Amino acid sequence: MAQNALIRGLQQVGDHALKIVERMGAVMIFLGLILVHSANSFRRFGLTIREVYFAGVQSLIIILVSGLFVGMVLGLQGYETLQNYGSEQSVGILVALSLVRELGPVVAALLFASRAGSAITAEIGLMKATEQLSAMEMMAINPIARVVAPRFWGGVISMPLLAMLFSAMGIVGGFLVAVVLIGVDAGAFWSQMQSAVDFRHDIVNGIIKSLVFGVAISAIATFEGYEAPPTAEGVSGATTRTVVSSSLAILALDLVLTAFMLKGWN
Amino acid sequence: MERSTLNLWVGVFVLLGFFAFLMLAFKVGNLSDGGGTSTYTVISHFDNIGQLKERAPVRSSGVLVGRVKSVRFDPVHYNAEVTLAIDGRYLFPKDTSASVLTSGILGEQYVGLDAGGDDQKLKQGDEIKITQGAVVLERLISQFMFNKAQDSGSDKGNKK
Amino acid sequence: MTLPVTNLVEISNLNFGYSSRLVLKGINLTVPKGSLVAIMGLSGCGKTTLLRLIGGQLRAHDGTVTVAGQCLNHMNSKDLYALRRRMGMLFQFGALFTDLSVYNNVAYQMHEHTRLPESVIHDLTLMKLNAVGLRGAQALMPSELSGGMARRVALARATALDPELILYDEPFAGLDPISLGVIGQLIRRLNDASGATSVIVTHDVQESLKIVDYVYFVSEGVIVAQGTPEQIRSSTLPFVHQFIWGEADGPMPFHYPAPKMKDDLDLRSA
Repeated sequence: MAQNALIRGLQQVGDHALKIVERMGAVMIFLGLILVHSANSFRRFGLTIREVYFAGVQSLIIILVSGLFVGMVLGLQGYETLQNYGSEQSVGILVALSLVRELGPVVAALLFASRAGSAITAEIGLMKATEQLSAMEMMAINPIARVVAPRFWGGVISMPLLAMLFSAMGIVGGFLVAVVLIGVDAGAFWSQMQSAVDFRHDIVNGIIKSLVFGVAISAIATFEGYEAPPTAEGVSGATTRTVVSSSLAILALDLVLTAFMLKGWN
Repeated sequence: MERSTLNLWVGVFVLLGFFAFLMLAFKVGNLSDGGGTSTYTVISHFDNIGQLKERAPVRSSGVLVGRVKSVRFDPVHYNAEVTLAIDGRYLFPKDTSASVLTSGILGEQYVGLDAGGDDQKLKQGDEIKITQGAVVLERLISQFMFNKAQDSGSDKGNKK
Repeated sequence: MTLPVTNLVEISNLNFGYSSRLVLKGINLTVPKGSLVAIMGLSGCGKTTLLRLIGGQLRAHDGTVTVAGQCLNHMNSKDLYALRRRMGMLFQFGALFTDLSVYNNVAYQMHEHTRLPESVIHDLTLMKLNAVGLRGAQALMPSELSGGMARRVALARATALDPELILYDEPFAGLDPISLGVIGQLIRRLNDASGATSVIVTHDVQESLKIVDYVYFVSEGVIVAQGTPEQIRSSTLPFVHQFIWGEADGPMPFHYPAPKMKDDLDLRSA
């Protein structure tokens, strides 16, 4: 009995694992399909600009506010810890490095996935459920080229911009707390930061990360919407799956990318 | 939504992102101090580099003048070969000396350059001949203990 | 196609199923050019599947589907898209693009497929909207339209590029009697005015019998009856009779197949 239950449990784990791998493969194929049908998104760039508005501009407020708060918390916590070692002037380094390397790309991506990713999935899913995508196909218009690819590129373009804004805003927040509120010397705050943050190794790598996250989120969000069962439950389930799987993808990719960036690429 | 307002907002968004990039690059990062300008490399050999790592700062009189480009073991001389990338704006005399120093007691290690008096300047690929390796705390302590023991030994006979 | 085609749509010996369940069995069907043909049947009898096969959204594997002399079975997507430019389709609930205004919905294909100057597109669009009586609603968004109006806009959109073949998926579903009559008349008028061929999939008997030229009855994946509206009305086939007069019980049983009542209710002693 117990043995059977164990075997059944293992079977279920295996089942799930296989399904996850299958889905990852399907997202990859879908990503390829998007890339093949991307010409339209650039030839008629207005389509993509529209999606940059919906994905990027509409996520601006949440990204800026969260960035400010995260930076302020970092400033506060960093100061508390560093003053024990008498190096509270290094708080700028701590704030800047954590934001530029990790928190900026990762937290901005997580927010983006739940704000814009879910919206993309819901929109495409609803278009499918109301037969708008079929209608497009019957008009001899490929919905992947016309609907999916512009949304994908809109997300890919928005993500690095949002991540940089998040980091910049966070550093402003750290500055406000550490320098304006607590009274760390402003000159030391900036100069220590500058001497520790390297443009290529920290800032460019952070931007690369956010670009990869942008591709992952946009691919997952459009895939889930496009493959959503054409019912109300189907679309709501797909929206949830977008947030869950892209959050996991962000964190997993972050580990891989960080490992490569710290060890060097070869 | 009117297309023109939409484009306007996207324009504002992209511009904001660009400003954020500039702030990160110049205010937060080191692109303003030499990140973009040309550098020249010199090599130097140290007996011991302690915890010196790639990208550690190179300072002269406390000012950042370059970064450690690479650290490797030299199998011919059996010591550490450190390549320094120095900002092209700063030229140092040929007899400049390099030493591995520590900022604070437990802080990061960096390479300090002390300018000499030679008329000739260091060029790309030159070697800094006069070097001073890192101070290893264990050796310092054991040396101190040894001296202490020697002092007390000469005072009070062969007591350990 | 070299010979003049008299049948715009031809389906022969078609079997089609999803996974293992066979939905259509041995369908033979022709739609002559310029005619208005209805495919009728109960919900879930496979008639929408049939329409999707004609539109190339589903591919037949057993039997052939031919549209305008071209076999759809193994057509590549480029040819299929080229063929679809000659088709229009009205979807069940209109399927208007919810993010575009009425005007832009109708002008959509002209913007996507043609390089006509905006002024020409404007005039053509207003003509199409005028034909369905909604020229005044051009600035509205689809969410501001009633069901009947949305269906009329969709009709204007389906006919925007003057297609040779128009497919209607349940054009009468969920409409009030007035809108229903309006849509019916529009379908007939658009068909005759542009010389197009139309296929209507519907279960609304009375309205469609008023306007169509020929009717196919599908039940459980088989064509059980066909004929002109007069022939259908006077048909003595029990199924057709039940369908047309909307009787609750007949060859189409009222009860879903179930075990015997007394077994289900556990009436052992009864």
